[in-house]
Formats: sequence, structure tokens, C-alpha cells
Amino acid sequence: MKLNTLMATVALAALGTAATAQDTTELRMMWYSDGIEGEVMQDLLDRFEEENPDIDVVLDNVAYQVIQEQLPIQLASGQGPDIARVTNLKEQAQHWLDLSDYVEDAAYWEENFGNRFDWMREDGSDAIPGFLTQLTMVGGYANKTLFEQAGVEMPGDDATWDDWVNAADEVRQSQGTAAAFAVDRSGHRISGPNASFGANYIAEDGTPAPVDDGTMAFVEKLVNWTKEGKQLPEVWVSAAGTTYRSGADDFINAQIPFLYSGSWQVANLSTKIGDAFDWVAIGSPCGTAGCSGLAGGAALVGIKYTEHPEEVARVMDFLASEEIVREFSERTLFLPAHAGIVEAGGLNFQSDDPNVPPALDRFVQASGETLPLADQLPAWKWANAYYGALVTRASQAMADEITLEEARMLMDQDIADAVENASQ
Amino acid sequence: MSAIGKTLGSVVTLPLIWLARAVDYPLRWWQRKTGQGGMAAAFLAPNLAIFGVFVLFPLALNFVYSTTAGTNVLLSDRTFVGADQYARLLACEDYTRAITCREDLFWRAAGNTFFFVILQVTMMVVVSTITALILNRNIAGRGFFRAVFFFPVLLSPVVVGLIWRWILQRQGLLNLIMVNLGLDPEVWLNDRTYAFAATIGVSVWAHMGFYTLILLAGLQAIPRDLYEAAEMDGTPPGRVFWRITLPLLGPNLAVVLVLSLIKGVQIFDEVYVLTGGGPGTSTLYLTQYIYEVGFASILRNPGLAAAASILMGLVLVVLTLVQLWLSRRSEGKGRRDA
Repeated sequence: MKLNTLMATVALAALGTAATAQDTTELRMMWYSDGIEGEVMQDLLDRFEEENPDIDVVLDNVAYQVIQEQLPIQLASGQGPDIARVTNLKEQAQHWLDLSDYVEDAAYWEENFGNRFDWMREDGSDAIPGFLTQLTMVGGYANKTLFEQAGVEMPGDDATWDDWVNAADEVRQSQGTAAAFAVDRSGHRISGPNASFGANYIAEDGTPAPVDDGTMAFVEKLVNWTKEGKQLPEVWVSAAGTTYRSGADDFINAQIPFLYSGSWQVANLSTKIGDAFDWVAIGSPCGTAGCSGLAGGAALVGIKYTEHPEEVARVMDFLASEEIVREFSERTLFLPAHAGIVEAGGLNFQSDDPNVPPALDRFVQASGETLPLADQLPAWKWANAYYGALVTRASQAMADEITLEEARMLMDQDIADAVENASQ
Repeated sequence: MSAIGKTLGSVVTLPLIWLARAVDYPLRWWQRKTGQGGMAAAFLAPNLAIFGVFVLFPLALNFVYSTTAGTNVLLSDRTFVGADQYARLLACEDYTRAITCREDLFWRAAGNTFFFVILQVTMMVVVSTITALILNRNIAGRGFFRAVFFFPVLLSPVVVGLIWRWILQRQGLLNLIMVNLGLDPEVWLNDRTYAFAATIGVSVWAHMGFYTLILLAGLQAIPRDLYEAAEMDGTPPGRVFWRITLPLLGPNLAVVLVLSLIKGVQIFDEVYVLTGGGPGTSTLYLTQYIYEVGFASILRNPGLAAAASILMGLVLVVLTLVQLWLSRRSEGKGRRDA
């Protein structure tokens, strides 16, 4: 009798567990982190699961390279996670799930995130593909302590690229750092400076224009600075093709007094530098046409191939809610892309680091200084064709494999090839 | 054997015997019907199926990709372009100047790979042979040294790349030693010549243990009486090496040549970690080019990458056939000389 009772209990428990498992929908979110945002997202998802026990969101933390190289292959073959955090927004727009029919209040999404939907949807589409988890602005950082130790005054707000590089080079000579500065090895990163020197990538019909003198003006400076040892060669020269490399670690290790990267590094610098030295964000140095950075962002998107679009939309609705976006931004030290929050202001960024608030303020200020080309690039479908060609060929010129003239000719060829291939 | 041992033995062997008996009848029946050829086919079929699914089919698929264009992976979304990708790769005004080629990076990678293979294989064979000759002698700690030389083979290529990057980078171990010796530090990985030489050196360091092992086995198979006879004749050591050791080591050297050649053409992981293909494209080799074009580039071109890999495979097949032909000749000559 006792045995029968025990067996019946076990059977019931097993049935119960099976029923629970059957009722729970598992969603997979592919996520990369620049700083602490993975931990914050996990915390938010735990809260979501408490409120929505029928949905289990598994956060797959991966390296940024996986997002760049492996996810596109998965998407191209009609697979992938249910939700992903991506930066290559426009190029892969055909794979994003249109949330319009699934979200609770489409008007809320349009009102608060709508001004950036074109960055992540195909030309002419009116889909709701997701939302920017952060708005980023390309810009520079200076090691204030090294400048002070060298007795070199930091250039002011309207200083040019030459002013900054020369000042940083004085610091290098005085303090014996490996180089004066580094710009991340990325076509996106040098496109703001290119705009500052009068570059125009976009032809009248929306296709890529030939590489112009404005583009080559900054590229030539960058090449020469690298050959002169002012730019850290490890970042640009020590790689081939379009490989991305950041100079952030060298800045964190005080190997360069000046870094040109972007606002997403604020939390990373704060966490890793701690009180080792003081640093400041400086916005974008000026060229002949202005002092422009380039806006961008990482977006959370639903993937079209998910089997659970309703559940994906519920997660997205939760994460895109004003309260959660505000908390996420305050904890990760990211600039929010939520129009309502930006308008209301009053973000209480959670950091004891005195370097952080002025840095974020400086990036907010820089976001209002961008030039027209920089404003157009995030929503331009051929931006990546330009970025890839710039990086590959400028690196070769830095290594003295080709001349700048040849680099310019090859950039045009690469861009034309990319457009032709993508059009087939 | 104890009773427990016998029982355990029976438990293991009896089912095997029953299994053998169970398949015995169908096998005999099959042999009667098809003869020995049919039996061979029956045993080869599973391997052929696996080989077909995981090697032949992807190879054919790769060829199909090489005749299509577009950024998508799904074949249904790709446009058939025939031999256009091959024509694009092979279009050159002057084959000695990569910049005049339509796909200049492909030719840079091909040129780099060619010189890398020539230098690396030569160095690999020479160093492995010398190491094997030394380790074949009765030296103190021979077993220890054999283990030491073989140890890098056990490491992951990524670990090999990282270890050497830590040694060769600007603030690496080598520069630290040089500075302590009062010398000026060098930017080893940012100088084109040094970086190229570093990829060869690191590759030889990582793989020579394997080839040394093959040559050591060959050396130990050479009959001792040949050396004893030479010694009694008063033959000088150099002549012994050229007339006995080298000819009889021929088959092993041929294996080493072919394997290191194939491995050399396929070089990727340790170099990718060590230099990333830089400075510029000085250490960009064919496999990295294919990887970049097919997977890593933001605007990838799988068709072009597939065409490049087919061309690389063809070159590899030709080189292997030439090597095999040469090794068979040297094997025959070696036998006659010995």
C-alpha cells in the first residue's frame, strides 16, 4: 500500500513537472558586453521571469566577434536566437522580426524609439524591428593625469585634430608612453573625423560616391601619424582586412594619453581604471568643416525566425518600458535612445567615479555637434561598404604596402565590388 | 585465473561470441552471392557514406557556391554567375605586382603563402632532421628531450599564437630581455620582415615535434649492421650520412615533406592570433583571406571565398602529386644506392 502511494506521488510529481515544462516557453537572447551591461540585463531578465513565469529567457553571453561573424551566418541560413543585441543594424535588417503586430502599444514604440527605426529597417519599410539599448557617440578620451604630469595643457573645446595629436605627442615624449594616441581600427570610428574634414560618402541617388578629398584628408593624416609613431601601430597596422581592434586597453594601461573611441567605453574605463588616473571625455576634435563625431548604437532586435513572436514581443515590451530603459541606462552608464527619457532628463547615473558624469555630459553635448553626413550614415545601407574599404586600404598604406593614391583607387574598387555583390 | 575473473571474462566475451555468430550467417550468404569484391564493398560502405556526407558533399557544395554571387548563404537567394568568381580572382595585368590584379588581396595572400611554404617547409625538414639525428644518439636525458621537443605539438594553435605574441609584442618578454642587455627594443610584430619571419619560426616551433617523431622512427628502422659495416670500412661520418642515412630515411622524409607542405598551405590559427595578417597584409595567408572574405568581412562574399578555396585546393593537389612523384623516385634511388 505504501509503495503504491509512493509510486502514485512520484508519477503525479513527474506529470506536474512535465506540465510546467510544457507551459514554459524558452527564449534565447544573444548578448555581448562592453562593460557591465550583461550583468544588468541578467538582473532585469530575472525580474521579468518572476513576473512572467511562463517565459524563460536564457541570456547567451558571447564575445562581440560572435555577433559580428557568427550571427550573420546563422541569420543568412534562416536560423538564430529569438532576440539579439546587434550593432550591424541596417545591413541585416531583413532578418529582424517586425514587432508591430505583437507589441502591446505600437504608438508608444513609435513615439519613443521611432526616430531611429530607419537605422535598423530596410529602406521604405515601416516595421518596428526593436529598440536601441543605448545611443552611442564617437569621441575622444584624454588621460588627464598624464597631461598634468607632463605639464602639457589639454587643448580646448575647438581644438583641431593636429592640436590634440601634437599635445598628446608632447605627453608621449615627456612620459615615455608607447604612442601619443590610438583611434579604434574601425571605419565607423574614422567617419566622424572624415566628415569633419568635409567628406561626403553619399551620392545624390543614394549610392556610394567616389572617395573624395575630404575623406582622404583625414585618412592621410592618420596614415602619416602612424608612420611617424604618433598613433599606436598595434591597433591599425597589426591586422589585415576589416578586423576590428580597439585601443581602449592601451588607454586603460596608460600606454597612450589620448584615445578616440566612443561613449560606450565610459563604464569600461570607469570599472577598469578605477582611481589609477583621472580621465576626461573630450568630444571630437575639429577638422576644416566641423568637429563631428558619429552617432550609433546597439539595438535589441527580435529575430524573424523565432517560433515565439508573441513571447518575444512581451520581453521586448518589458525591456523597452520607460522605467526599465531608465534603470538600464542609469546602471550601465549608457546614453538612452528613448525620446521620452531624453526629454524628461534627470537621469541618475549610478557611479561613484567623479570622471563619469562630466564624460557623459560631454558626449550628450557632442551628439548635438554632428555634421549632416554623420547624421545620415547610421541609416545609409552602404555605410559598411565604405567602412570596410577605409580600414583595409588605410592599414595597407600605413604599412607602406601601397601609396595613398593607390589606397584611394582601391577603396573605390572595394566599395563598387561590395555594392555589386550585395545587389546580386 | 580466479573464479571471479572467469565469470567476468565470460560476461564480456560471451555476448561478443553470440554477436559474431549472429552476423556470421548473413555475411556468408552475402559473400556467396557477391564474392570477395562484394564483401569489400559491404565493409567499405559505411565509411564511404560518412566520407560522402562530410567530405564529398561539402566539396561539391563549395563548388556550387563558387559559381554563384551575393551576400546570402541560402543557395536559393544566390545568383548563378558561372566562372565569374574564378575570372575575377585570376584577372591580373601583371602577375608579379599584386596591385594590378582585380583581387589584389588574393594575390598578396597567394604570394605570402608561396614564400611561407617554401621557407617554412625547408626549415621544418632541416630542423626536424637535425633534431631527430641528435635525439637518435645515445645522449643523456634523451627521453626528456624527446618529450620537450614534442610538447608544443600538444598545444592548441591559439595558445601557441598567444604565447608568442606575449613574447614578441612591444612590451613582451623578448624586448624586456633586450632592454636588460642594454639593447634597443624592436617592434617585432609591426615590422614586415620580422613579422613574416616570426610566423615561420613559430610555425616550425609548434609543429617540428611531430615531424621529428616520424623521422626518429625512420632512423630507428635503419639496420644497425649497415653502420657497423661502414665503421669497419672506415667510412667518414659525412659519407655515412649521405650514402646510408639519408637514402634510407627517404620515405620518411617524403612523408614529412608532403605533410608539412599541406600544413604550410593551410596555415591560419596561430598566425591569425599572432599577427592578424599584418603588418598591412605581410602575413595574410590564403586561408585567412578565404576566412575574411567568406565570414569575417562585414560585407561577405561566400562565392568568392569558395572559388579561392577551390583554387587553393587544386594547387595543393598538384603540389602533393609532384611531391609524391619525387618521393617515389627518391625511394627507388635510395634502394639502389643502398
